[in-house]
Amino acid sequence: MEFADIFLQLLLTMDMTVRLSVVLLLACLAGLISERAGIFDIGLEGKMLIAAFFSAVAAYHTGNAWLGVLAGIAVSMLFSAIHGLASITYRGNQLISGVAINFLASGLTVVIGNAWYKQGGRTPTLVGDARFHEITLPFAEALQAVPILGPIYADVLSGHKPIVYIAFLTVPAVWWLLYRTRFGLRLRAVGENPASVDTAGVSVIRYRYAAVLLCGALCGIAGAYLSTSQAAGFGREMTAGRGFIALAALIFSKWRPFYALMACLLFGLLEAISNLYPNIDVFGVFEIPVQFTQALPYILTVVILAGFVGKAIPPKAGGEPYVKER
Amino acid sequence: MDKMPRWADVILVPLINLVLAFLVSGLVVLAIGENPLDAIYFMLKGALGSTQGVGYTLYYATNYMFTGLAVAVAFHARLFNIGGEGQAAVAGLGTAIVLLSFDWPHWAVALPFAIIGAGLFGAAWAFIPAYLQAKRGSHIVITTIMFNFIGAALMGYMLNGLLKSPDTQNAESIAFPAGAHLPTAHEVFATFGIPFSKSAPLNISFLLALGCAFLVWYLLWKTRLGYQIRAFGHSEAAAKYAGIPAVKITIITMLISGALAGMLSINVVMGEQERLIKEFVEGAGFVGIAVALMGRSHPFGIVLAALLFGVLTQGGFELLWEMPTISREMVLVIQALIILFTGALNNMVHDPVERLFIRLKKGKS
Repeated sequence: MEFADIFLQLLLTMDMTVRLSVVLLLACLAGLISERAGIFDIGLEGKMLIAAFFSAVAAYHTGNAWLGVLAGIAVSMLFSAIHGLASITYRGNQLISGVAINFLASGLTVVIGNAWYKQGGRTPTLVGDARFHEITLPFAEALQAVPILGPIYADVLSGHKPIVYIAFLTVPAVWWLLYRTRFGLRLRAVGENPASVDTAGVSVIRYRYAAVLLCGALCGIAGAYLSTSQAAGFGREMTAGRGFIALAALIFSKWRPFYALMACLLFGLLEAISNLYPNIDVFGVFEIPVQFTQALPYILTVVILAGFVGKAIPPKAGGEPYVKER
Repeated sequence: MDKMPRWADVILVPLINLVLAFLVSGLVVLAIGENPLDAIYFMLKGALGSTQGVGYTLYYATNYMFTGLAVAVAFHARLFNIGGEGQAAVAGLGTAIVLLSFDWPHWAVALPFAIIGAGLFGAAWAFIPAYLQAKRGSHIVITTIMFNFIGAALMGYMLNGLLKSPDTQNAESIAFPAGAHLPTAHEVFATFGIPFSKSAPLNISFLLALGCAFLVWYLLWKTRLGYQIRAFGHSEAAAKYAGIPAVKITIITMLISGALAGMLSINVVMGEQERLIKEFVEGAGFVGIAVALMGRSHPFGIVLAALLFGVLTQGGFELLWEMPTISREMVLVIQALIILFTGALNNMVHDPVERLFIRLKKGKS
């Protein structure tokens, strides 16, 4: 292969990586905020799914993609509130609540979708302003001529839909919120040692609810991206396990925002590779099957969890309901 | 701590939870413009109104007994095995490999070996998460979720490669030898001259499931190992202090759990499909969580809960014919609400009921 060919393939892969990592990134940051406050959330998948559905519905009926995003956020936060009610107020099992939310979303989206549109669970195709369109960053055309860097800027960084940029800006925002504000300090403390925060006169309940709702909002944006940006409408089970890959990325990143960015880009790259190059031939000696590339995020996470390569230590009070001392 | 009678905790509270779950499901049905009472009628009629309906209902119930028992055994050791889906899928590989290896002369010869194959593969898929939880402290919920996906990839790889049937485009294996055919309810009843639907997939795996329920009860409440598992689940620290080896109990419990989930493949792969098809588990691993919660992790409760979910699944399929606006995913919604109310929101009902009993007691004395 010529250098130019390889470079073109590389650009294509990088562009796809950016697009595919958006959903993972938003969901991963959502989980990060929730788990940092001590609430495990395996319902990321379900929240994204229900948000994807209602964004598509709202965008279709209003003809405005941004209203779609708002609807997605609202519904996802409602599901978060259920998770909060179960795991904070009623001190139930957070994992079981998450499982229920995944089921609920997966059932409701098809039941409602079928009843309303009769298209096998799909929503009508979004056209025009009901969908998001690509944004061209300034000077992308002009800089195209600059060797190497020009095409990277024009093809990989520019030309994405608005939520892509929102997602990547969320990374420093979440970092700032968690590490540079009083809210963030308390939120992290609630996840590590809720009793001490309670002693200081801060409401553990309120901080945990805040974290869970923020998590819902981010999942809502992620879901909206799926149905109004990546695709043109909702399709059943369109999250396709991405909520769980995000969970894997969260562990991989050891619950830190910038590591999360790296982990999601890595897992996005793996998904891009499995889409673009199904079976990889290694020097004609053997073939890496597509299933291996698809399973790699999960395998890597298990390896990380096993603690053989760097140890992932979750927030100390994670998964435990807080019971005030009497 | 005798705040509330045992029957209230074991029967009354789950029943109220169940009623709440059905009420909310009814609201969903109302919201899409259908009559919930009609829906219940059609579901019950579809699930229990004919021998075909009953045959399907019990066939699904068999699956849920296996996965419910799998989740419950792990629950007793306070382990949340969310990987029944993957363990059952990989066990299907074991079943298929055993059944494709020989030209089996008779099902009675094939069945024990298939059970061993399914059990070993199912247990093996639970082993790594169990080992990592016991030895390295990796959270078993996360690792079993990951293993569900890895299992799905493994199945995809095997069924598109080594085990793929050359006769079809689909990802499935060739059919098992005729000698591996398990007697169906139709054939069993026919020997007694009782007519039973020929199309229903119910087979003798149902008896295997009841046997497993009994064995699990015996194991948990009548053996030393069962006592150790329960003690470990009650208090890990106390169990360790009493000399119960934590690593051993964690691993053994998960192996049993994985093997039980694996038995599902006997019912589906060997009993019904008679070949290995990629996505044969169809969410039964997750339904097992609902069944175990509903049945309060007791084998007797699990059998009842599995029957209930069998009715829901089969009734849901039939509902589709009678009320086309309601899709079969309505069953998923009902399951989700049952998990939510009996599992996560249990205290919402439990605490007020408990207060009520305390007040009643005070009134008497």
